[in-house]
Amino acid sequence: MGISPFVIFFASIFTSNVLLTNFLGMCSYLSISKDLKSSLGLGEAVIFVMTVTSVLNYLVYQYILVPFELEYLRFIVFIIVIAAFVQLVEMILERFMPNLYYTLGIFLPLITVNCAILGVALFIVIREYNFLQSLAYGAGGGIGWTLAILALAGIRQKVDETKIPKGLQGAGFAMIVTGIMALAFIGFSGILAIQ
Amino acid sequence: MASQYREIAKKTLWSDNPVIKQILGICSALAVTNLVSNTLVMGIGVALVTAFSSLTVSALRNIIPIRVRMMVQTLIIAFYVIIVDIILRAYYPDMSRALGPYVGLIITNCIIMGRCEAFAQANKPLLSFYDGFMSGMGYTLILTIIAVVRELMGFGTILGFRILGDWWTPWTIMVMAPSAFFVLASIIWVANSLTVSKEKAAGQSISRGVQTSGN
Repeated sequence: MGISPFVIFFASIFTSNVLLTNFLGMCSYLSISKDLKSSLGLGEAVIFVMTVTSVLNYLVYQYILVPFELEYLRFIVFIIVIAAFVQLVEMILERFMPNLYYTLGIFLPLITVNCAILGVALFIVIREYNFLQSLAYGAGGGIGWTLAILALAGIRQKVDETKIPKGLQGAGFAMIVTGIMALAFIGFSGILAIQ
Repeated sequence: MASQYREIAKKTLWSDNPVIKQILGICSALAVTNLVSNTLVMGIGVALVTAFSSLTVSALRNIIPIRVRMMVQTLIIAFYVIIVDIILRAYYPDMSRALGPYVGLIITNCIIMGRCEAFAQANKPLLSFYDGFMSGMGYTLILTIIAVVRELMGFGTILGFRILGDWWTPWTIMVMAPSAFFVLASIIWVANSLTVSKEKAAGQSISRGVQTSGN
């Protein structure tokens, strides 16, 4: 309970990265990471949506579901909150910031089904974070996810010209790189750790 | 009819396996595989949710408006996931705690949505139920292989029973996150190599056939 939001923020970026240690958001991570630019676009969208929805879901859970004893409905409610928020952002962007909509817009529908967003909301409930801790975890989780996908995209672009055994091309190779990255990130867990 | 069922079983368990061939549902595949018992419970949960979601989506396929079908499918899936979660918490509280958020994350497991979209939308309820269940079994099969490797090397046990004697030094990395990536990558590698060599053999026989007919 008493973990400082700062510790949560930095730990969720590095040592307890949502992707590398909790395996959240693997599907879009593996399919989008072929290209650095779209990885960055998706990453930005994830940071934004994750930060806001983790706080929204926290508020909905604490002030609507808990008082009415409807905790068991949290899966449905969380997914609706996320889908509704993404839809709303899409409409606002399209109306007021068309430029941003064209760069970010195509990634927004992908986010609803990104399990990292739902996973972070569920972790917040399970670990009983308070408001600030939820905010820190949401923002840190998004930044950590983006960091991981950018690192993988960078590596994959460099490795494109090298010879990889045929059966290992694509997902298999990306997974081995991710495993090595996870080792490196977890190596710092002596400095900071949550869980 | 029977051949249709056999075809589905062959596809979901091996040639079109959701985890190793379509790379779907990776999140939970990596997260719950540190112990075989967790994996089996998770696998059964996913198989049941996939089967019943496919059944429901298929039964309602002519009623659901096309435009909102994704949202309806998500809600149908969430409904079954909540049932699984409640059953787990009531009867297996320890297991529920060990699986943590990953039970809820069955909702965003792409295998289920994929089967609903690709199969249940266009097929009869009973066949969709079977297809969903077998897809879940294909997922369970791969996860169990990963879990057996990880638990055996990480703890020297399988399902909690000691298999390797005292001489075995547990590999701590097998308990940690990175090993999941390595083990799954190795399985994908082996599976793909087997398919590639089979395709090559088939391709050679075809070209040989063309040559002989040309002569």
